[in-house]
Amino acid sequence: MKFVPIAALLAVALASPAALAQKKYDPGANDKVIKIGNTNPYSGPASAYGQIGKSIGAYWKMVNDKGGINGRKIEWISYDDGYSPPKTVEMARKLVEQDQVLFVFQPLGTPPNSAIHRYMNAKKVPHLFVATGATKWNDPKNFPWTMGWQPNYQTEGRIYAEHILKNNPKAKVGVLYQNDDYGKDYLKGFRDGLGDRAASMIVKEVSYETSDPTVDSQIVQLQASGADTFFNITTPKFAAQAIRKAYDTGWKPMHYLNNVSTSIGSVLKPAGLEKAEGLISTQYLKEQTDEQWKDDPAIKEWEAFMKKYYPDGDLLSSFPLYGYTVAQTLHQVLKQAGDNLTRANIMKQAASLKDFRPDTMLPGIRINTSATDFAPIESEQLVRFDGQQWRRFGPIIGK
Amino acid sequence: MSRRQLILIALLLLAACALPFFVSNYRTFQFTLALVYSIALLGLNLLTGYNGQISLGHGAFYAIGAYCAAILMDQYGVPYWATLPVAAVVCLVAGFLFGLPALRLEGLYLALATFALGVSLPALLKYHHLEKWTGGVQGIVINKPEAPFGLPLNADQWLYFFTLAVAVLMFVLAWNMLRGRVGRAMVAIRDHHIAAEAMGVNTAMVKSLTFGVSAMYTGIAGALGAIAIQYVAPDSFNFFLSIMFLVGIVVGGLASISGAIYGALFIQFVPNIADEISKAAPWAIFGVFMIGFVYLMPMGVAGAVRVAMARLSRMTQNRQRSI
Amino acid sequence: MEAFLHQVLAGLATGGIYASLALALVMIYQATHLVNFAQGELAMFATYFAWSLINAGMPYWPAFLLTVVFAFLLGVLIERIIIRPVENAPVLAVVVVFIALLVILNSVTGWIFSYTIKTFPSPFPAEPIFGQYMSAHEAGAIGVTLVVLLLLYAFFRFTPLGLAMRAAAQNPDSARLVGIRVGWMLALGWGLAAAIGSVAGMMVAPIVFLDPNMMGGVLLYAFAAALVGGIDNPAGAVFGGFLVGVLENVLGAFVIGNELKLAVALVLIIGVLVVRPSGFFGKVFVARV
Repeated sequence: MKFVPIAALLAVALASPAALAQKKYDPGANDKVIKIGNTNPYSGPASAYGQIGKSIGAYWKMVNDKGGINGRKIEWISYDDGYSPPKTVEMARKLVEQDQVLFVFQPLGTPPNSAIHRYMNAKKVPHLFVATGATKWNDPKNFPWTMGWQPNYQTEGRIYAEHILKNNPKAKVGVLYQNDDYGKDYLKGFRDGLGDRAASMIVKEVSYETSDPTVDSQIVQLQASGADTFFNITTPKFAAQAIRKAYDTGWKPMHYLNNVSTSIGSVLKPAGLEKAEGLISTQYLKEQTDEQWKDDPAIKEWEAFMKKYYPDGDLLSSFPLYGYTVAQTLHQVLKQAGDNLTRANIMKQAASLKDFRPDTMLPGIRINTSATDFAPIESEQLVRFDGQQWRRFGPIIGK
Repeated sequence: MSRRQLILIALLLLAACALPFFVSNYRTFQFTLALVYSIALLGLNLLTGYNGQISLGHGAFYAIGAYCAAILMDQYGVPYWATLPVAAVVCLVAGFLFGLPALRLEGLYLALATFALGVSLPALLKYHHLEKWTGGVQGIVINKPEAPFGLPLNADQWLYFFTLAVAVLMFVLAWNMLRGRVGRAMVAIRDHHIAAEAMGVNTAMVKSLTFGVSAMYTGIAGALGAIAIQYVAPDSFNFFLSIMFLVGIVVGGLASISGAIYGALFIQFVPNIADEISKAAPWAIFGVFMIGFVYLMPMGVAGAVRVAMARLSRMTQNRQRSI
Repeated sequence: MEAFLHQVLAGLATGGIYASLALALVMIYQATHLVNFAQGELAMFATYFAWSLINAGMPYWPAFLLTVVFAFLLGVLIERIIIRPVENAPVLAVVVVFIALLVILNSVTGWIFSYTIKTFPSPFPAEPIFGQYMSAHEAGAIGVTLVVLLLLYAFFRFTPLGLAMRAAAQNPDSARLVGIRVGWMLALGWGLAAAIGSVAGMMVAPIVFLDPNMMGGVLLYAFAAALVGGIDNPAGAVFGGFLVGVLENVLGAFVIGNELKLAVALVLIIGVLVVRPSGFFGKVFVARV
């Protein structure tokens, strides 16, 4: 019933003779512009993530200044949802039904995306490269219009589990996790990775809420549990607190830190570099505050971009670099789509990325997708912090 | 109620019924949400505006209502309309029980107690022992109802009319209650509880009952909200929701039935306007709007409308006299 | 036993954080009989001011003093410019203005300073004391909170100004009759509360890191702390802060787990309040009919 207007529009669009000459369009695209929709938290406690939306907007400004993509300018429409699922539903409907965007790109957060998951698929509007690491976005069979982007949290959790099993099979592990979908996903991957040894190896699991002022009490609990290995699933602020507290209390565990908080400038420096020495994590992006990338041309280019197009942006934060990289990925998809700017073709092109490598990703990491593989980045590399820089070690893990 | 008021209300209702045929489905959906909020605000206004008990935790009852609807639909296949009475009863009981100990608390301490409720509920929804029902941090996805009996309406329009019908019913019930014995007792307690007691009002009973009824209204709104959004998760019901309800009744007008509608329009639409004005700091713009409304209309929009209407009628009367 | 002791000490350290902001809440309540929801954000904003000064090269203590003065002036200005026009509006309308201030300060700070966490220096030595259980800063912060408490107590108890301020809050009309300039007392109360808040902010920031949402969580706890101790009693508020801090740690670690620790701590507090409706140390209010 509710698809009637769209279908009618489609019929009109297809019937008009101008559209028939090779160029194919769905709502939101024409000879001049491509309309892209997005939701991000620009207000409320999750506002820090809003830097992703802003940096992507800045990226399109740069693209437009350089002439756009295949001669078309990008129109970027991004709304504030304050990380509240009901608001995301409202805004996604506004984007699709009122603004008539071609597709929705990078809406942020697992709960907000869960709220619009079904809607986007019912409307058959691409729900592309969502900004969350949950596993459920890779389900082309049931949700052919939704695709994730970043390595999923469960896979990363498994990587640490395997590393522990290989290097210290007798480890006693303590886990600190954020009590939400993100924390629980990591924990699940980690437990799956340990397999039937999870129950005996994990001696303590403690959670925190984002409204907690500190995680000191949790660290003290983990220390008291006798754990000698620490899996730290926290967002930047709490990661910095945990790293510092674990060091200050004299607990010297083997410390695994999730990729979310590997920024040297905004996590490890505040915690104290000497306190972060020996941390193990994984990366797939270059970390712009890491000295080894100081003279890297891609990072230099990114810095020039930030200066010109997003001067308010924080050069220490990992979010703008993330936004820049994911925007490069979409840039590639739109290039591939050429003049066939239908929603079906956008999905098709997003699902046919072959060895694509944005220059801000670590060497060796590539983006591959197919009709049955809706998980663009599936490889990461283990890194160890030597007190100054993240040192990569071991092979690239994953596809 | 005067004849003029009745005509006005009839006209408004007519306009509300015509609305979905003139605006897009998306707008219809937004107005559905505004109606949902108006029921929630009416509930809070019964408690805070009419009975003088402050609540910083009505988001919790909204969440309970929403989860009632979602769990019943998701796990037990209950039709959406049948979840409303259940949500109503559950919240009525929850509110009444919460109101009992709250009887001993006044002013700020009541604020703290309700605040604790608002802060704790999301944590409870995530609690792993309840995950079987609540879906934990993942929440619950539910289906959107289609129009029944082959009515020529799409799902958005149908839900709008369904919500409108519930809202009208709830507003009429509230109006009826407020002008009766219970309503007078509620106001008397707010204005002077000792005097009210001396007059033979059972203050404890009336206060707890008001708490229950207020929670019931908000719970029904929560259930409707869940059906409209088709998704519930702990993140949807954070403490800020309770704060927004409070802002809504103050901006709309305390102790005013129509104030609930103005307040609902405010909390539904003004954040969007703020977002349109500034991406850099939308909350700052929203805050400026709040201050502006309170400055210009310290008695809320309803209060300002009342004054304007009174002035208007005086003017017309004067004119008639001069003729 | 050692784990228990450790949790208690960690609880005292975080309790000190709650206590310091709770003092600011008590201050504003004494002066205006209102609880200011924006108190935490004011403190956060003032701390950013201090951070800017220190970042520009100013030594710690001058920056500290300048910030306290700045916060005081900011508080006075806010009262004069923003709160004054709604003086006669219903109480809840004023509360909405507080909420508006909260969101404005939070949003503007994020816009100016970004949301990335920043380190804030501590005036205390870096070595841990009490055998690694508590950092010197945490102990120092508790000390500072106690000093502020003493000053506050002395101010209200022994200075005519403090007395005048309490009178102005309790009964504005009578206070006016005896020649107290009620309007300025309110502004002064705002200034002092903001100043106390800025000290709290500068003591909290080295522990939790400076970011625009630094005080969001703290305010929840400080509110509970101030009320459980009796909102008209500074010593009670500080006690309340320590109580909440220790209670949530001990409950979280040994009784019910971390998921529900805040909820259960609050329920316990409310249970106490139901028995003692004015808090542990609050004055019992007898209504005159």
